[in-house]
Amino acid sequence: MIIKGHIWKFGDNIDTDIIIPARYLAHTDPGVLGQHCMEPLVPDFSKKVKKGDIIVAGFNFGCGSSREHAPIAISALGIPIVIARSFARIFYRNAFNKGLALMEADIYNMAKEGDEIEIDVFSGIIKTKDTTVKAKPIPPFMVELIEAGGLMNYLKKKLEERHENL
Amino acid sequence: MGMTITEKILAAHSGRDFVEPGEIIDADVDIVLANDITAPLSLEEFEKVGAEKVFDQDKVVFVLDHFTPNKDIISAENCKKIREFSKKHGIKHFYEGGRCGIEHALLPEQGIVVPGDVVIGADSHTCTYGALGAFATGMGSTDITYAMVTGKIWFKVPESIKFLCYGEWNRWVTGKDLILHIIGMIGVDGALYSAMEFDGEAISNLSMDSRMTIANMAIEAGAKNGIFRPDEKTMAYVEKRAKRPPRVFESDRDAQYKQVIEIDVSKLGLKVACPSLPSNVKDVEDLKDIEIDQVVIGSCTNGRLEDLKMAADILKGKKIAPWVRCIVIPATPDIYRDALKLGYIEIFADAGCIISPPTCGPCLGGHMGVLAKGERAVATTNRNFIGRMGHPESEVYLSGPAVAAASAIAGKIMHPEGF
Ligand code: SF4
Repeated sequence: MIIKGHIWKFGDNIDTDIIIPARYLAHTDPGVLGQHCMEPLVPDFSKKVKKGDIIVAGFNFGCGSSREHAPIAISALGIPIVIARSFARIFYRNAFNKGLALMEADIYNMAKEGDEIEIDVFSGIIKTKDTTVKAKPIPPFMVELIEAGGLMNYLKKKLEERHENL
Repeated sequence: MGMTITEKILAAHSGRDFVEPGEIIDADVDIVLANDITAPLSLEEFEKVGAEKVFDQDKVVFVLDHFTPNKDIISAENCKKIREFSKKHGIKHFYEGGRCGIEHALLPEQGIVVPGDVVIGADSHTCTYGALGAFATGMGSTDITYAMVTGKIWFKVPESIKFLCYGEWNRWVTGKDLILHIIGMIGVDGALYSAMEFDGEAISNLSMDSRMTIANMAIEAGAKNGIFRPDEKTMAYVEKRAKRPPRVFESDRDAQYKQVIEIDVSKLGLKVACPSLPSNVKDVEDLKDIEIDQVVIGSCTNGRLEDLKMAADILKGKKIAPWVRCIVIPATPDIYRDALKLGYIEIFADAGCIISPPTCGPCLGGHMGVLAKGERAVATTNRNFIGRMGHPESEVYLSGPAVAAASAIAGKIMHPEGF
């Protein structure tokens, strides 16, 4: 799976209150959540970002609360993948469960805002304008989850099997 | 090779004699929790997958604590959804209204969580229950739905970091100061993916309330869970409450740790985490003339009886500074009742505090004390991220109850000495 897009850069410790502030959490509609994504740092992010753009960040992306509204808000804007030096663990699970791909890679310094970037999710090869790096590919277990179409589709399949066995 | 307490609990719940860090396991869960913010997403998924019932009506817990008493129509609709689901599915532990407290204070208090449990909650501070010697961790709504239906969830067994604490505690210094000190030392991702295990004589000397404060903030260091060895204090706490039999696990002597960090608590003073990260920790003495607009004493971190007592001791016979709002939030109805009986509520009222019903409220900038642009608060809560309590240009300083109470009187960040 190859993903191509333009870069938005964010620093270290981008927390869930930045990704989607708590005051919007009564909403579950992805469209509404997307409108307020990253609002505290880039007030009109949802208007500036283009479908297919990619977030590149520093350490500990997604730290803070367990709100699944965070990966939902990012996906709602059409962002297919976040590449960061590291991720907070609850955010990591949530993103894959919701079908947002994450890749752990140290490309922060070579990534320039607005540049195009190309990522091969399964091999871990990342190409920017002037460099190519090989990052850790997404762990096999998580690939399985993506291939099943997220955790809920996996569960659905399981439940159907259970019915058939009854 | 020995195992840590975290590894032992996970092994016991996945039908194994032995597990080691890095392994992915499928574990049985004892309690699955969600609140009024996270349950609606879980219930949507529950419907979508066509599930018919929860795996165990006694083991799924809903606590409507965040935007309640409901702050607007949409939050009221969310609560209604959860209420109707709970009725339909015969959920035993459904808490709202006058029985509702902040989830992470309520579950241990009501004996819903016991030592040796595996607990997952759609709330990052689910790690609080590690104070009882349970394995408890936060997840998202989708994982919660999966566990609600199947009674199981996958885990990657974490490595453990041990914090060995010794020495005598100084006056006013509590678990909050220790955990802020640790987060300041290792950073907000210092324990990423790991278990933080707390042990040593200084921990044995700590109350259960203070241990819960510490476990609560393990997530603020990026940890998967925080955990304590159950001792006599734990068992005394659990005995009168437990709804199920506890199972006591302890780390083996030859258990493997990623790191062991020793801390002499006698060197520890009162700490404050400055905006906008819980790791931006300073000694309170170093913060001079920082004027404040609001104080919040409450939350799943420091809204328990011990915290209210410390605040009441300082506020007794004093007045809140003019131009400062001091909001006191007992974390559960039982704590509220105890504080009333012990005279703390009267002390707060006499000092000019606002006394709120148990709710998360201002902790997440939800309601009951949202900050305006440029305002500054001292809070006994656990997060001071940008905009956490309101406007993106407002600021939150995190402290324990003593500094919060003293600051409310002084109108600026202040050490309690002399009050
Ligand atoms: S008190 Fe604050 S940190 Fe605790 S559960 Fe409520 S919102 Fe979360």
